Amino acid sequence: MKLRNLAVAALSALVLALPATMADAKKVKGEVTNFDFSFQGLTGTYDRNQLQRGLQVYHEVCSSCHGLQYVAFRTLSDRNGPELPDDQMRAFADLYEVWDDTLRDWRPATGPDHFPESQFEGAPDLSLMTKARAGFSGPYGLGINQLMKGIGGPEYIASFLLGYTGEEDFQAGSMFYENKAYGGWVSMNPVLFDDMLFYEDGTPATEEQMALDVAAFLTWTAEPKLVERKHAGFVGVIFLSVLAVLLYLTNKQLWAPVKRAAKKD
Amino acid sequence: MGGIPHDHYEPKSNAEKYIHRRLPIVGLIYDTLMLPTPKNLNWMWIWGIVLMLCLVLQIVTGIVLAMHYTPHVDHAFASVEHIMRNVNGGHMIRYLHQNGSMLFFFAVYLHMFRSMYYGSYKAPREITWIIGILIYLAMMATAFMGYVLPWGQMSFWGATVITGLFGAIPGVGDLLQTWLLGGPAVDNAALNRFFSLHYLLPFVILGLSIVHIWAFHTTGNNNPTGVEVRRTSKEEAAKDTLPFWPYFVIKDLFALVVILAIFWALVGFMPNFLGHTDNYIEANPLVTPPEIVPEWYFLPFYAILRAFTSDVWIVMAVNWLSFGIIDATFFGVLAMFGSIFVWALLPWVDTSSVRSGRYRPMFKWWFWLFIINFVVLTWAGAMPAEGIYTTISLIGTTYWFAYFLVILPLLGVLEKPLPEPATIEEDFKASLKSKSDNDPKGPSAEPIPAE
Repeated sequence: MKLRNLAVAALSALVLALPATMADAKKVKGEVTNFDFSFQGLTGTYDRNQLQRGLQVYHEVCSSCHGLQYVAFRTLSDRNGPELPDDQMRAFADLYEVWDDTLRDWRPATGPDHFPESQFEGAPDLSLMTKARAGFSGPYGLGINQLMKGIGGPEYIASFLLGYTGEEDFQAGSMFYENKAYGGWVSMNPVLFDDMLFYEDGTPATEEQMALDVAAFLTWTAEPKLVERKHAGFVGVIFLSVLAVLLYLTNKQLWAPVKRAAKKD
Repeated sequence: MGGIPHDHYEPKSNAEKYIHRRLPIVGLIYDTLMLPTPKNLNWMWIWGIVLMLCLVLQIVTGIVLAMHYTPHVDHAFASVEHIMRNVNGGHMIRYLHQNGSMLFFFAVYLHMFRSMYYGSYKAPREITWIIGILIYLAMMATAFMGYVLPWGQMSFWGATVITGLFGAIPGVGDLLQTWLLGGPAVDNAALNRFFSLHYLLPFVILGLSIVHIWAFHTTGNNNPTGVEVRRTSKEEAAKDTLPFWPYFVIKDLFALVVILAIFWALVGFMPNFLGHTDNYIEANPLVTPPEIVPEWYFLPFYAILRAFTSDVWIVMAVNWLSFGIIDATFFGVLAMFGSIFVWALLPWVDTSSVRSGRYRPMFKWWFWLFIINFVVLTWAGAMPAEGIYTTISLIGTTYWFAYFLVILPLLGVLEKPLPEPATIEEDFKASLKSKSDNDPKGPSAEPIPAE
C-alpha cells in the first residue's frame, strides 16, 4: 500500500512537472545545428584556449558593432574563464576607450571597467545573448528537445553565424540577408570568412571554428559562474543523497516497532 | 490540541515552572510538536513541510538579494547581473530564489490536489482550506510581482498584460490600472511598489501559514481514510495516532531531503530550463516580444483567461444581456478570477458525506480527469491563443467549472460510496497486512518478539 502510494505520488509529480517544461517551448523557426561544446553536460567546463580564441573573434569582428556592457575586463583573468594573465588583461583593456564621468572625457579602459556598450541601436548587446536565445524546442511545444539537448543558446549563435544562405534583398532603403538559423531575413550581414584572422595557438581559423569559438566565449560572458555552479550542484546533490539515505534508515528503524506491533495482532 | 486526548506539557523543574507561569512558550512548542497525528498518513502528506521550507528559503535568499538589488528602471536589470557576477555566491542565491518559486508552486499544487482527493477540506476543516486559498492568492501576487523585478522583457510585458486585466473592468478600469501602476504605464513607480510589496507579502504568507497550521492543529489532521481519530479516551486515540515528533518529523525530513536533492540538481545543472529566454533581454517598452507567456505555474489560469474570444456563444449572450458592458476581455478576467473562487467554494459544493476519494468509486474518475484537465490547461496556456488551442482551453475551462458547480454537487447524491474502515488503526493494520501478503518472499524473516 505504501509502495503504491509512493508510486502514485511519483507519477502525479511527474505529470505535474511535464507542463512545467512547456513554459518556454517557443517555436524555433530556423534550423539550429546541435554542436558539441566543451561546457555541456553535468561535468562540462569551459575550454580556456577556446574562450581566448572567442575573445579574439569578438575583439576583431563583433566589437565593431556589438557591446558587452555587463562584462568587466578584470573578469577576463578570472578562474574558469579565458584566464588571461593580469598584465595581458590590462594591455587588452587598454585597447578600448570608455567614458569617464569624473574626467568628463574618454580614456583607455582599465581592469574594473566594463566593455563598451553597442555602437549601433540595431546591434544588441551580446553579454547575455546565449541565454536570451533558444536553439531547441518541440515536439508539440513540450520542451522535450530542450530537456535532451539543453536550451541551445550557444548552438543558436553558432548556427546563426554560419546560417547565411547568400541571398540578399534590398528593402525600404536597407539591405537584408537571408539566414537559415533565424528562419528569415536579418539586417546583420555575414561577418565570418575563412582565414580572416590569425589564431596565435595555430588553430586554423575556419568559418565554423570561429563561429564555435565566439559562441563559447559568449556563453562564458552570459554565464561566467557556470563551472562554480555545477560544482555546487555536485556537492549539494551528493551531500543531500547521503543525508537522504541516513534519514531513510532512521525512519525505517523508528517505525519498525510500530509496524511490528500492528502486524502482531 | 486537536480535541484528541493526549498528554500535555507539565513543567517539572522549578525553572520550568517559573517560565511556564509567566510565558507558556515551552508548552506551546511541546504541544505543537507532540500533536497526535494519524498513523496512516501516506507520502502525499509531506508537501506541507516542503512548502514551509520553500517559504523560509524564499525569505532568506530574498533578503540577501534585496541587499544587492536596485529597484529602478535604469538599474534593475544591471543590478541582477551584478548579483550574478560580482556578489559572493550571488549566482547560486539568485538561481535558488528563481527556481525556489517554482518548487513552491509545484508543491502547493500537489498539496491542494491531495486535499481535494482525500477530502481534507470538508467539515470541520473548511477554514483551513479557505486560509490555504488565501495563502495561494498571496503566493500568486508575490510571484507575479517578483517576476517583474529583474526588469527583463517578459517581466515588463507580463506586468503590462496582467495589470491590463484590471483595466478591462468596465467604467473604473482605466482609473484602477493607473492607480495600481502609479502612472499610465508600467514604469519606475510600478517597479518600486512591486519591490516593496514583494518584500511585504511573504511575511503575510508566513502569518497566514501559522494560522493555517493552528487551524488544522485544532481539528487534527485528515488522513487517507477520511475517518476521524477516536477521541473517547486517551488509550483509543493512542491506537489511531502517533506523536508528530519523532515519527512524522523524520518521515517528512526524509521526503524533504529527497525533493531537495532533485531541486538542487535542477538549480546546479539546468537553472534556466523552466525560465524564459526573453527575460535575459532588458525591458524595452518599444519592442513587444512575439509571445507573452507567464511562468508555467500561472499557465492554467492564463489559458482560462484567453479561452473566451468574442465568437464564443456565451460571451455573445452575456455581452448582449449586459448591453455591451461585459466584452470578451472582461469575460475572460471574470472567468479567471471565478475559476479560483469556485476552487475556494470546494467545501460547500461537495455534497458527499464521505471524505476520502478512496471510498468514492465515481469521484475517483472525475478527480483524475480534473488533474489531466489541469495539465492540459497548462499546456494550452503555453500555446499561442489561436485556432485549436483556444478551443482546447475552452473545453478545459468548461470542465473546470463543471467539476465544481455540477459534478461535485451531483456526485454526493448519485454515488454509492464503498464501506469505510471503522478506525484508522484498522486501516493501518490492513495496509501492513496487504503489503506482507504481496511479498513473494513470504512472511518477514525478522523474529517477532513475544511481547
